[in-house]
Amino acid sequence: MAIKLEIPTALRQFAGKQASVEFNAATVGEALKQLTGTYADLRKHLYTDDGRIRSFVNIYLNDEDIRYLQKENTPTKDGDTISIVPSIAGGVRI
Amino acid sequence: MLIINSEIAQNIRDYGARDYPNETCGAMLGVDGADGREVRTLFPLVNRRDDSPRNRFSITADDFRAAERAAKERGLDLVGWYHSHPDHPAKPSEYDREHAWPWYSYVIVSVASGQPRDMTSWQLSDDRSAFQPEEIAWAVPPGNVR
Repeated sequence: MAIKLEIPTALRQFAGKQASVEFNAATVGEALKQLTGTYADLRKHLYTDDGRIRSFVNIYLNDEDIRYLQKENTPTKDGDTISIVPSIAGGVRI
Repeated sequence: MLIINSEIAQNIRDYGARDYPNETCGAMLGVDGADGREVRTLFPLVNRRDDSPRNRFSITADDFRAAERAAKERGLDLVGWYHSHPDHPAKPSEYDREHAWPWYSYVIVSVASGQPRDMTSWQLSDDRSAFQPEEIAWAVPPGNVR
């Protein structure tokens, strides 16, 4: 099953400067694993050291945030698009 | 190098003062070319951290997508983000670094007792270990004669 994975501008430098890549994967997690397996430098930007997706990394399957589906176990089907959408945060220490 | 004209820089300072004592935040739209990265316009956003707006800012995925759409409509790129540090220096905090993305320019304006002060720009290192200072080139706004 061909799944399209869209890569945000900020991370394209770690993925051969590509805006999207295609993988065959049965779940969202499998597709992400293939992505970081192919482009290892992406891993530290997407996952914490203990292997969880970083809090400011949002993964959408088509137009749905996977937090509201089955998270990384969300099944995919041929023609689906997975998007990595940043949220931005910061601030001072008090 | 990040190129910002004085009008846009003043807008960032004004937003910082307007939202004091809370943090202001928004997107910077521009072009990323061989001669540097130039901010052409701002896309102010609402700080979504209702629980702690004085020392945190948050831009949601929906806001991110709105900023990206705005850039695309104008034929520009989303080149970075600005935010204020109320009563703190214009230096990235550890929290800033932990939550940062590579590639983008992060502009910080310090606002002391409601008055905007220093403005700096930073980029996250590729290994996420630190923010590196990014030189700002101050440009004359288009239409102004030098």
